[in-house]
Amino acid sequence: MSTLIFRTIAPYLSALMVLFSVFVLLRGHNEPGGGFIGGLIAASALAIYGIAYGVDVVRRALWVDPNALAGFGLFMAAVDGLSAILAGKPLLTGLWFVPVIFGVEIPLSTVLVFDVGVYFVVVGSLASIALALEESD
Amino acid sequence: MSLQPDLMLWLALAPFVAALFAPALVRRIGSSAGWVLAIVPAALFLMFVTMVPQIAAGDTVSYGVDWAPSFAVRYSHLIDGLSLTFALLVTGIGTFIVIYAGGYLSGHHQQGRFLAFLLLFMGAMLGLVIADDLVSMFVFYELTSITSFLLIGFDHTRAPARRAALQALVVTGSGGLALLAGFILIRVVSGETSVSELFASPDVLRDAALYPAIFVLVILGAFTKSAQVPFHSWLPNAMEAPTPVSAYLHSATMVKAGVFVLMRFSPVLGDTALWETVLPLFGGATFLTGVLLGVRQTDLKQILAYTTVASLGLLVMLTGVGTEYALAGAVLYLVAHALFKGALFMVAGAIDHETGTRDITILGGLLKSMPITFVAAILGCLSMAGLPPMIGFIAKEVLYDGVWEAGGVSAVTVTALVGNALMFALAAAVLIPFFAKPGELPKKPHEAPPSLWLGPIVLGVLALVGAFMIEGTAHSLISPMTSAIAGEAVELHLHLWPTGLYPPVILTMITIALGIVFFIFFKTLRLLMVDLLETVGWGPDVGFDQLMRGLVKGSHALTKRLQSGAMQQYVTLTFVILAAVLLLPIAVDGLPDFRFVGEVDQPFDLVILGLAVAGLWVVIISKSRLVAIVSLGVQGVMVALIFMLYGAPDLSFTQFMVETLSVVILALVMTRLDLKTVDHRLPADAMKDGVIALACGLGFALVLYNTVQQPFDDRLSQFFLKHAYEIAHGRNVVNVILVDYRALDTLGEISVVMAAGLAILALIRMGPRLKSAVVGPPADRADATRVGAEPSAATIAAERPS
Repeated sequence: MSTLIFRTIAPYLSALMVLFSVFVLLRGHNEPGGGFIGGLIAASALAIYGIAYGVDVVRRALWVDPNALAGFGLFMAAVDGLSAILAGKPLLTGLWFVPVIFGVEIPLSTVLVFDVGVYFVVVGSLASIALALEESD
Repeated sequence: MSLQPDLMLWLALAPFVAALFAPALVRRIGSSAGWVLAIVPAALFLMFVTMVPQIAAGDTVSYGVDWAPSFAVRYSHLIDGLSLTFALLVTGIGTFIVIYAGGYLSGHHQQGRFLAFLLLFMGAMLGLVIADDLVSMFVFYELTSITSFLLIGFDHTRAPARRAALQALVVTGSGGLALLAGFILIRVVSGETSVSELFASPDVLRDAALYPAIFVLVILGAFTKSAQVPFHSWLPNAMEAPTPVSAYLHSATMVKAGVFVLMRFSPVLGDTALWETVLPLFGGATFLTGVLLGVRQTDLKQILAYTTVASLGLLVMLTGVGTEYALAGAVLYLVAHALFKGALFMVAGAIDHETGTRDITILGGLLKSMPITFVAAILGCLSMAGLPPMIGFIAKEVLYDGVWEAGGVSAVTVTALVGNALMFALAAAVLIPFFAKPGELPKKPHEAPPSLWLGPIVLGVLALVGAFMIEGTAHSLISPMTSAIAGEAVELHLHLWPTGLYPPVILTMITIALGIVFFIFFKTLRLLMVDLLETVGWGPDVGFDQLMRGLVKGSHALTKRLQSGAMQQYVTLTFVILAAVLLLPIAVDGLPDFRFVGEVDQPFDLVILGLAVAGLWVVIISKSRLVAIVSLGVQGVMVALIFMLYGAPDLSFTQFMVETLSVVILALVMTRLDLKTVDHRLPADAMKDGVIALACGLGFALVLYNTVQQPFDDRLSQFFLKHAYEIAHGRNVVNVILVDYRALDTLGEISVVMAAGLAILALIRMGPRLKSAVVGPPADRADATRVGAEPSAATIAAERPS
């Protein structure tokens, strides 16, 4: 698999895919996309990078264990759901804040935080499986 | 009432909170933590004491909050004579038990854990006795079983303790499940969800056609918990627990939970032929079994345990007889028993603690070395023997009154007479350690510390004072509780000393005379019982072991059949069932008329369809597995294109990614499997697999076809489309559904993704090691290599549905 062409392209491709996955994640609420799809794209990016350069490189680049990433995502989504209870609303109700920065309305919400949690779970879980499979015993 | 109902609801949970802090407290201040933690039950006790005048005046109080409103489940209390007396026993005796546990387990490295368990139990027991709502009652009922399991198995390094804990949990836990079924039937039949509502329409259960079923389920719950024959053997075995547990759970409180349930439901379930036959029958049998088996024992705790079984039988018998005085006798005896048995267990524990043994054939001469403990013991034994001037004496008088009034010289009366006489002899036997000539004691005895004798002394004195002030006791506790059980107001007039030569007094005299005779021939009687039991050689205790062994063997055999360990078989079975589930309803209901729905208006459609079919064709004919996998991907991508063309970009997007990842992961799995790159199934196998595959495909196609034939109900879609932006501020309806409308589903799904990921990871990592590991019983060792190839195959199966 580690042909010259593949190895040359893989870093750029992976970086672009990760960037794209974040883009897809953030625009998800209004355009096609969201945490699940974004997570799948990012996981593919990591898998490609891993096939080209080996698992160790990917693990170093990730800084944290992909499983920890997934766990963090799940925790984030759950805590985010609880935040609605603190606001006196039913579990997982979306809360919105629209601060105006430099005259631009930026809609922020707990829904987005939840979606980011989903993203992390999907990236983390799938990447950890893919990397474990790529690892030679 | 001096306290707000809302506050009461939360205060009743205080023992649970105290349990949380117990371990830290023990770490900080050592065994004096017992004295500090005892403040919680003591305060609760005082709180309940303030309610006594109101309840004695004939009031009942109920209040609560919604717990799960959609199921009409509430967390609610019902305070009447019955629950108040029980609450006072639980908290009052609990106070001394916590103090006692502080001294008894002083220096034990897990004393904190022990105190925490004890307080957890206290919270559960308190919740049970004051529960109004049926579901909360069940929850607390099972909680007492679970905490009892933890306490019996406290010394978990010893096998007998583990077995006893398991036995108690299996017996009382399954009884609890029967009780739950009974409660559900009660709810179905009456439509009521709480005890106080049931009391408002008392005849609805008795008149129901389902009454026998409700009756059997409820008494199963009660009989297992209160150790009635043939479920009694868990209780003596539970003596494996440290003595504070035996004193508290297995004599004074928890084992009375079954009796409590019977008493609680007596106004709505009692007073029927079934009730008045079954309860006295089993109660009487338990009473006699308990005392007879107790005679055989030489261990102080075992003697006390069997007399507890006997006492529970007596209580059940009296509840079944159900006349006013029988019930009053049961109530008096229940209170008396809680006091004297709690005290005597603590005495037995103190003796064990100071001498190192509980064997009455060795013990002796403790009168001199443990005088304070002796005072506690003599008070307890007098009450147990039913001698004046103790409350146990009054209890026996009243219960004789009750059984005499119910039927003169009947089987019940004779049972009561013989049982009480043996109980008298056993009470005398408990005093042997103080008077007999001492044998070889493991430790030189000296008086126990205050924490060990305070509880028994106080309980003994209470049994004495309660008897001397019987008018007050009767008015404030006994009458209200009897009224609650009888379901109508009862005002008892009791007195300590008999005023004439009534039948009960004569029965008492016979009891005492018979008791003395039994005690004189105690040793002969014991040897007789030992011989008898050895001749029989089988009992429910052995039966329990046989049942457990049978269960393990049976499930093992079943598992071996179902879990062959071969991936092919699992997959084949899964798909065969899938095909059946899809095709059978269609075969039964038939198909709607064929009508072509959509139209092929774009030439692309045909191209895409053609490519998908071509991809599938390659999958079928390809010799190489890798080619097959990639071709399968072609088909998946085509499906994604169709989604795209028909306006489902999110779905298409996801399908693309899933398809890509599936191909990558499948290919990776292939490289790790010890498989030949070429598929070499036998033609017959290939044919079989092909048929199953076709059946599944046909099934899905027909179901889809069937679905699109139905008129499309677009109300939900319209709702989502209309409100997605207004309510949830999102234009992408799919995403809004995922993260907002149905966020709870998504939370569940990502939890599953996470869990599945971890499981797959574990399988991948274990892969090489599994080959040497033994899976299943030794006989299957030959299969172990085959199992080794499994994890990666399982990976495929688990990965595909994503």
